[in-house]
Amino acid sequence: MAPSPAERLARLSWPRVVFVGLVAAFAVLTIPTLVDKHSWTGVTISVAVTVILAYVYLTPKRIAARFLVPGTILLLAFQVYPIGYTISTAFTNYGDGHRLSQSQAVAQLEADSVLEQPGAQRYELSVATRTADASGPFVFFLTDPNGKVERGDATGLTPVPDAQVAKDPFTGKVITAQGWHILSGIQVNGLGQRLAGFEVPVSGGFIKSVGLSEAYVGQFTMKYDAATQTMTDTRTNTVYKASNGTFKAADGSGKMLPIGWKIDVRFKNFTSVLTDAAIRGPFLRVLIWTIAFAILSVLTTFGLGLLLAVVMDHPRMRGRRLYSSLLLLPYAMPAFISTLVWSSMYNKDFGLLNKLFGTHIDWLGSPWAARGSVLLTNLWLGFPYMFLVCAGLLQAVPQELKEVAKVDGASPFRVFRSVTMPTVLIGAMPLLIASFSYNFNNFNVIRLLTDGGPYPSGSSTAGDTDILISYTYRLAFGGQGAQYGLASAISFLIFVLVGLISYAGFRQTRQLEEVYAR
Amino acid sequence: MIWTDAQRAPVLQQFAQSFASANGISVSVQPVATDLQSAYVTATAAGKGPDIVVGATDWIGNLVQNGAISPLPLAASQKSAFETTALNAVTYNGQVYGVPYATENLALITNTGEAAANPATFEAMVANGQAAVKAGKASEALAMQIGQQGDPYTAQPLLGSAGGFIFGTKADGSYDPAQVGVDNAGSKAFAARLAKYGEKGQNVFKRSIDANNAVSLFTSGKTPYLISGPWALEQVRKAGLKYAISPVPGFAGMGPSAPFVGVQAFYVSAKAKNTALAQEFTLNYLTKKDVEEALYKVDPRAPALTEAYDDVSKTDPDIAAFQAAAAHGVVLPQIPAMSAVWGPLGIAEAAIVGGADPNTAMTNAATQIKAAIAKG
Repeated sequence: MAPSPAERLARLSWPRVVFVGLVAAFAVLTIPTLVDKHSWTGVTISVAVTVILAYVYLTPKRIAARFLVPGTILLLAFQVYPIGYTISTAFTNYGDGHRLSQSQAVAQLEADSVLEQPGAQRYELSVATRTADASGPFVFFLTDPNGKVERGDATGLTPVPDAQVAKDPFTGKVITAQGWHILSGIQVNGLGQRLAGFEVPVSGGFIKSVGLSEAYVGQFTMKYDAATQTMTDTRTNTVYKASNGTFKAADGSGKMLPIGWKIDVRFKNFTSVLTDAAIRGPFLRVLIWTIAFAILSVLTTFGLGLLLAVVMDHPRMRGRRLYSSLLLLPYAMPAFISTLVWSSMYNKDFGLLNKLFGTHIDWLGSPWAARGSVLLTNLWLGFPYMFLVCAGLLQAVPQELKEVAKVDGASPFRVFRSVTMPTVLIGAMPLLIASFSYNFNNFNVIRLLTDGGPYPSGSSTAGDTDILISYTYRLAFGGQGAQYGLASAISFLIFVLVGLISYAGFRQTRQLEEVYAR
Repeated sequence: MIWTDAQRAPVLQQFAQSFASANGISVSVQPVATDLQSAYVTATAAGKGPDIVVGATDWIGNLVQNGAISPLPLAASQKSAFETTALNAVTYNGQVYGVPYATENLALITNTGEAAANPATFEAMVANGQAAVKAGKASEALAMQIGQQGDPYTAQPLLGSAGGFIFGTKADGSYDPAQVGVDNAGSKAFAARLAKYGEKGQNVFKRSIDANNAVSLFTSGKTPYLISGPWALEQVRKAGLKYAISPVPGFAGMGPSAPFVGVQAFYVSAKAKNTALAQEFTLNYLTKKDVEEALYKVDPRAPALTEAYDDVSKTDPDIAAFQAAAAHGVVLPQIPAMSAVWGPLGIAEAAIVGGADPNTAMTNAATQIKAAIAKG
């Protein structure tokens, strides 16, 4: 017999109920805001997540799902969504100058084009409504410099006899008016967009408010025609036509209006990687150095880490703890700060290194020295991690096997090569691959140490120590402000590249395991 | 809500508070430590930015093209109360976009114990500096920051002296991104000087002198001459040495130096939630003399309001000296195309100082700048 609803409810443990309650409360809180913003996708996602969670946790059956669902939702939110967003951005021209939608851009261009009429007078302004709660239609009471008061609304100006108003003796601003409630500063501010869009038409323009108690006569100098999608400068009669996310002058003079908008550019960002000479030219050089940098970083850090771990592992080694703590010091310091310190130590004339050794090496100024500097600093930053990993893995090497090898007359080096090394390598391989992909995108050390430099004369896009990610960063954010579309496209390409390399690496590891397992 | 950098936050908070209590509202001043400009653009696009933001005037072009700020209709009487350069700096596309409050530019700071102040020409200055090095008083003739990436901002006074320029101007005096002057005769004359005094020449300009060590070289007495701005004043004063401030000297037989004049200003967000109050605060409150003077006290830069400047320069000759150094200054370009200039021009500068051919480097820089602008 199936349990009754009451019995089912009794079986629910209270943490589950509280959890679902919290989720529901969160949905209730967020949905009105999302509706307010007309974000229907947001509403759908919010409702779907709540329903799924409630179903999974309140029914007795879905036990496996209870463990899987939260992880899946987090994975979707923090991994899949950003990747999807990056990919969708890669197909747009989103970036500085192209952040708004077309309608927003048009509105902003028109608003920015309001010019105060030259030589026109300013008015002292009071904003008033019929009712005290500031809800009713509002009007402007305007006092001109001569003290004459007029009432302005959407139809125009009406003179107001002095008898109907009381004015501030110093400024002339209207304080009270018969039949009207003068709004306070906060109430005026509270009108928000209604005030911003309110203008009193007068000959040759309109009166607009500025601040709380001032008004000026202005006029639009840009006019948008939605039918032809053109913007006209009324002062010069220049016509600007919408094309590729900006307004370009129709007369072919190349003039553009300052605000553009976001459009879909299809594969332009991807093809520009191949066709743009400034990008394509140095791409191969940068790619080679990126791979070299990543491989050398892994090899040097792993080599030094392993060497130190083996030394520390020696049974006759004394003061092991003290040495180990000292070795971990670089790891404990924030890499960010260490890198900056190293960068000043490399200074040719005032740096510590040249002073210490009495040399005049142009560490950061010549290509090979700079590459060496980057690797050296990265070695300093990275070896403690490898040391830790190797020290741990050395513990896993079977002692009996070593003893047996020794009894068989193998030299210590032979024991290391044939017994210790394979065990350590199999254990470390996945970490080495991870370290490789990390260094492949090791933006910090390049950016903070050399910033890609030194640059060959005549090339400001790619320096001699630039790796793909620092090079991309400069392409996307250096030349023409932020270009998120292009940045996303190149990030996606790097993502694919790293994925392929890692995949190849892991396949190698599997083969390695098979070889040694025999 | 106001966003500013950390240094100005307390004093702004104080004035915002008195404005707030007069209007019965609450104001929060939020210091934003890193990359204020891009944080502001991003937040504003998402509708979450502040009502007012404080920043340099070379941001204007970028803020406008992203629809992040709105024009501020200053009354004619208010406009005339500001220094002309300061007003020009906040004017973009014929509109005033901000209320300026402080101007800044480069000058020559001399350690008068080591060399004579106010040298007539750049050549004379180098000679004085080298004499001080020879006499064992100093180890460097001059501290002018260059670094591995070059520094076009610091190079500008000398570029201007040689007749070079970055952007030409349109009829109305605003910068024209179509006229790139980086490869003109004047700019190339400047490049020739860079090579002459560079590492393969007299070794006065060095890539090893950068933003991190230029001021400390001067304050520790290692060089008699420093080219820097008012932001170095605090450190220089603390060092307790005798110093004098004079214009950066021009090259012999060429024009006077032409440093960039940058202006700090207040902007009202295009997405402000409290537009009326924000306009009221910037237009009728921040344009007051005592506010500008209080801001000067936390950060000694010349006030943009003439009246406040006159007051301050009476008691602080350094400020007057900095202002005098900008006599032939040019407004730091606000056009977005300027972002295409810094990289290529800086790298050309560093390359020439390191020994590259001056003509080729400048021509290359100009080609890259033009290509980047055409793409924009």
